[in-house]
Amino acid sequence: MRASTATHPGLNLGNHHTDAHDKAETLVFGFWVFLMSDLIIFGLMFALYLTAQNPLSYAGGPSPKDVYDLGSAFAQTMLLLCSSLTFGFAGLALRHKLPLARVKFWLVVTLLLGLGFLSLELNDFHDMFTKGAVPSRSGHLSAFFGLVPLHGLHVTAGSIWIVIMLLQLHFLGPHPMVKIRLLRLGLFWHFLDIIWIGIFSIVYLGGLA
Amino acid sequence: MQEKLDYAGELQDYLKGFALALLLTLIPFGMVAWSALPRFTLLIAIGVCGLLQVVVQFHYFLHINLSREKREDLWLILFSILLLSIMAGGTIWIMANLAHRMH
Repeated sequence: MRASTATHPGLNLGNHHTDAHDKAETLVFGFWVFLMSDLIIFGLMFALYLTAQNPLSYAGGPSPKDVYDLGSAFAQTMLLLCSSLTFGFAGLALRHKLPLARVKFWLVVTLLLGLGFLSLELNDFHDMFTKGAVPSRSGHLSAFFGLVPLHGLHVTAGSIWIVIMLLQLHFLGPHPMVKIRLLRLGLFWHFLDIIWIGIFSIVYLGGLA
Repeated sequence: MQEKLDYAGELQDYLKGFALALLLTLIPFGMVAWSALPRFTLLIAIGVCGLLQVVVQFHYFLHINLSREKREDLWLILFSILLLSIMAGGTIWIMANLAHRMH
């Protein structure tokens, strides 16, 4: 059975560190509470976007088929999915006490994939702007620019967080506190990929279907 | 030794999750890009693949499962989803009804 290994990835505090382990569990649970309140924000932005799907809300402006780019949405999806996997590799390397260089390597790969995602997304927004699809053009576009860049901002925050954790790993080493922070960053990063499933399904595929 | 085995097993779990997520991404994108199915059928397929992928990622990447030590996390997630479905579902229902009446 893998019961004892079923604790959160990134933790290897062991059973004899019961106090430290309990504290970590509390911190991680608190982070889950934050993630779920973030989920409510995203969920309501999705609801707002869906209510602005009526052709009336295009206000005579560009419709999804005029401005969305399926190829770019697919590339962004792949980058984010791969970055979720590479973050998993970093967490595994940390959890199984592999050389710290390995952890840093996978974190850097994750960061690069995240930055690639952001540059493609910004390029998409730029294309939409040149086609006249600006947030103030219609209710539909306001809802789009309320939802998708909100996710982009989260990815930006996550990328900054990865840089900070790389610095902490470098200067502090695999300190238990650093491990728990990385664990929470992992939850945040995987959570963002789950939100992206909603965005590519509802916004891009739903808009282009 | 035990640790090595666990490492391989966990690595395999991540790769399995990645493969499933990849498949559930390729299917809806492929359908939208190349198939000529009616819009409604496409939307149902996209929705089903999306929901399945959310479950896959929660299971393989976020390690949420039915074990006792994860029960609190699972309750929190399910309760948040309940609140969200009341708020989001209610919003969409009311606004769709309003849009229907305006035609």
